[in-house]
Parts: sequence; C-alpha cells; structure tokens
Amino acid sequence: MIYRPSDVQLERATFRRRRAVRSVLLAAVSTAVVGVLLIVAVTGAPGWNRVQDSFLNLDVARKSFQPIVEGLWLNIRMLVVCALLALALGLLIAVLRTLRGPVFFPVRALATLYTYTFRGVPLIIVIYVFAFGVPGLRLQGTPNVYVLGGGALVITYGAYLAEVFRAGIESVHPSQLAAARSLGLTYRQTMRHVVLPQAVRRVAPPLLNDTVALQKDVGLISLAGPIDAVRAAQIATAQYFNYTPYIVAAVLFVLLALPLIAVTDWVTLRAARRQNAGS
Amino acid sequence: MLLEARHLRKTFDTRPVLDDLSLDVGEHQVVALIGASGSGKSTLLRCINLLTEIDDGTIKLDGEDITDPRADPDRVRRRIGLVFQSFNLFPHMTVLGNITLAPIRVHGKSAAQAREQAIDWLQRVGLADYADSYPDRLSGGQQQRVAIVRALVNEPRLLLLDEVTSALDPELVGEVLTMIRDLKGDGMTMVLATHEMGFARQVADQVVFLDGGRVLEAGPPAQVFGDPTEPRTRQFLARIIEAGRL
Repeated sequence: MIYRPSDVQLERATFRRRRAVRSVLLAAVSTAVVGVLLIVAVTGAPGWNRVQDSFLNLDVARKSFQPIVEGLWLNIRMLVVCALLALALGLLIAVLRTLRGPVFFPVRALATLYTYTFRGVPLIIVIYVFAFGVPGLRLQGTPNVYVLGGGALVITYGAYLAEVFRAGIESVHPSQLAAARSLGLTYRQTMRHVVLPQAVRRVAPPLLNDTVALQKDVGLISLAGPIDAVRAAQIATAQYFNYTPYIVAAVLFVLLALPLIAVTDWVTLRAARRQNAGS
Repeated sequence: MLLEARHLRKTFDTRPVLDDLSLDVGEHQVVALIGASGSGKSTLLRCINLLTEIDDGTIKLDGEDITDPRADPDRVRRRIGLVFQSFNLFPHMTVLGNITLAPIRVHGKSAAQAREQAIDWLQRVGLADYADSYPDRLSGGQQQRVAIVRALVNEPRLLLLDEVTSALDPELVGEVLTMIRDLKGDGMTMVLATHEMGFARQVADQVVFLDGGRVLEAGPPAQVFGDPTEPRTRQFLARIIEAGRL
C-alpha cells in the first residue's frame, strides 16, 4: 500500500504554502519601501551633491585604486602570518595554564600574567613599544619594522586567543580525561588526542571571529611606518583633497572579510547543528 | 591474590567515603560490589585505578604496591581496565579510533595490528558494522559494549566495571550483561559495582555489600542474598525486592 497523505494533511500543506508566499511578498514590499525611503532621504538631502563629489568620486577612486590595493597586499600577508602565529601562541599559553603541580607554578604564573597584561594594554601602545622601543636598545640584529609590528600583533592577539582556547579546554568534561587516563594515556597524550581535538572544534567559531578582528587590526602596523591599505587611502585623500579613497579601502576590506565571515558562520551553524543532534 | 586492598580510607571534605575498607580479589574471580548509592562502590573502583588518591591504606596488584607514590600511575593503569556508567567514549573518534587509541599510543602496537585486533573483538561482540561509525550513531548498549572492548584490547589483568548498565534503557541491559558473562567464561578477573542484583547473584563468585564506606557483609552470592547476617543487609535487600529488582 502506497502512503497517501490524508486530506487533513493536504489541507495543512496548502495552508502553509499560502502563508509562506504571503510572508515572502510582505518582506519584499517592506524591504523595497525602506530602500526607496533611504535613497530618497539621502540623495534628497541638501548637501548630497557635495558629499557625492567628495566621497564617491569615480575618477579619484580609479586613481587611488592601485596604491590602496598594494597596501592591502601588505594587510593580507601580515594577516596570514600573524593569524597563524597568534593561534599557535594562544594554544601554547592555554595548555601551559592547565598544567597542575608545584613544578609548573612559575610557568603557570607567567602564562597567566601574560594573558592578563596583553588583554589589558591597548594594541597601539604595544606596537609603539615594539616598533620604536626595541630598536632603541641598539642590539645587534634587531629585526625590521614588519617583524616588530607583527610581533606586537601576535603577542596581543595571542593573549585573547589563549583565553578562547582555555574556555574550550575547560568545556571538555572531566569524564573524558578519566576515560583517557584509565586507558593508560599520559597527561600529554590525553591533551593531544582527547582534550584538544574536542576543545578546538568547540571554539572554532570564536577563534575565527577573532581572526576577522585581527584582519582589521593588522593595518595598525602603519603607525610604525609601513603603508597598509588605510594608510595608502589616507595619503591618496591628502593628495586629491577627496575622501573617496577611504570608501575604496572600506569596500576592499569588506570584500576581503566576506570569505572569512562566511566560513565563520558556516562553522558556527555546523557546530550548533551538531549540538542539537545531541553529541 | 591478584588484588589486595587493605584498610583503605578516603574522605571527601569531612564525609568518609571509604572507611577502613579491605577487599581481596583472586585471579579469575568476579566480585560484585552492591550497596546503596553513596556507599563507596564507585570511589573504591576509582581508587583501585588510581584516578582518585586514597587517604590511607595500601592496594597491591600482583603483589606490587600500586599506592606507593613512587609507582608510575600510567604504568599501573595499563594493567587495569575501567568501564564507566556513562560509557565516556571519545565523541570525536570513530569506534575503531576509540578502541585502537591506547594499543597504538600506550602499548606501542602498529596501526595495522591494533586495527586487526579491534576488528576481531568487534566481530566477536557483533559490532563490526559500526567500526567506522561515530559513537553518537550507536545505541547506549552498543556504546557500552564498545567501551568494554576499548578496555579489553589492552589485555588488562583486572577489569573494573562501574555500574555499566545503570545508564541504559531496560531492553538494552541484557546485551551488556551477556557480554560480561562471556568474559567470565574467558576467565577475566572483574570487580563490578552494580544495582543488577539478579545478575550479581548469577555471575559473581563473591558479593560484597558496602555500607557507609565499609564492607558490611561479604561472601558467596547464595549466602549474602539468601541468608544475610547483618540487619542492614536484610533491610537493603528487602527494599530491592520491594522495587522488583531481585
């Protein structure tokens, strides 16, 4: 016997379909109304022509595009290197903070002091200290400003990421540790094979979120001299006496962030689904 | 004696959980620990496996004092298997990954060797089809059987089972008990904390009734269940019978 939905079920399906169509239509209409009102309000403003000329000037956008993209290339390279190093540092610090026993007290204390300090100090100050203070020591082989500025970023973000990793490690239930230790695994093996894989999966969304934030902060290295996208836009703005380069840089930043934000959302959604599946 | 526990004491805050408790387990023996919740059954098992540190007393395994602070707990645990009430499988690993973790990382087996041994065991307990599944795809009974296999592949001298059927739906209890019965047939030495009185009666060589962290009564099942001497044991058994569990 082939299953055929009952009349009641068919009637429900028709009703649901009709309701869905109606809500989509309603949403479309209200979106259109809000959009039109916004456009009318902005373009109808008395100063619109002046604003359009100084923020959305196509000619200036074309001329400033190349230096901004060159600056952006620096942002991208800094982001990749700093994100990887900060993740590694954060993980290391988080693991050090979990070590128990009096032998590890100094390690634990230093790691804790580090996360407290660098979550508190403004990034800009860390960059100044690294980029201008360290070379002032006149030591042999002082690295260049990219390495110093990158170091400031890694150290600051490492402190945030360490706390995210630590939250993940603490979220793994003690019974998992007991199970691993009962099999004869050492503390280190338990961390490596049982705790960290589960911890990292759980905190992947906040980790990626911090990476998106880092993407914007790598530009602060320009305070020490290097020309990133925002600094390039600033120079172009001064050159053309026009704000359009900032808008160009903003659009490029958004385009750059989109893939990372999309990945973050996807990972978050997957994690939420898995949680609902009860695992 | 395979296991000799003498005068164990353990206090949580000020509450004594093990109170001058002694227990002997001979090779190939099955000892059932019974008693109300909080009587010290689980704590005793965790102490034997060194997951919880005792406050006083000694535990000897094969004549070696494993509670000596100079003994390496990781080496001791290799010889003792522990199965938990809530299975505690690793959710991020497949069934096969769960079972082969310790043989590869702790006992130095090759991945192929460990895999072959794991598949053998899974076939034996009828779970070979689930080798590549993740634990959340399995029923409670299946998960618990995997957890038992995970302990067995390390070829422990002693297997500790901590209320392994308490978290299971009633219709799944049987499959786990059958597996334990088979292990007894293989000569595995086991200490099991259980609320399954009928099962304890059938499978145990010795039943130990714990009350307030002390051994109140111990002996063959026929004696402890059939003719208990202590009033407290009678009272406990009467309640169990009333609840229809014996």
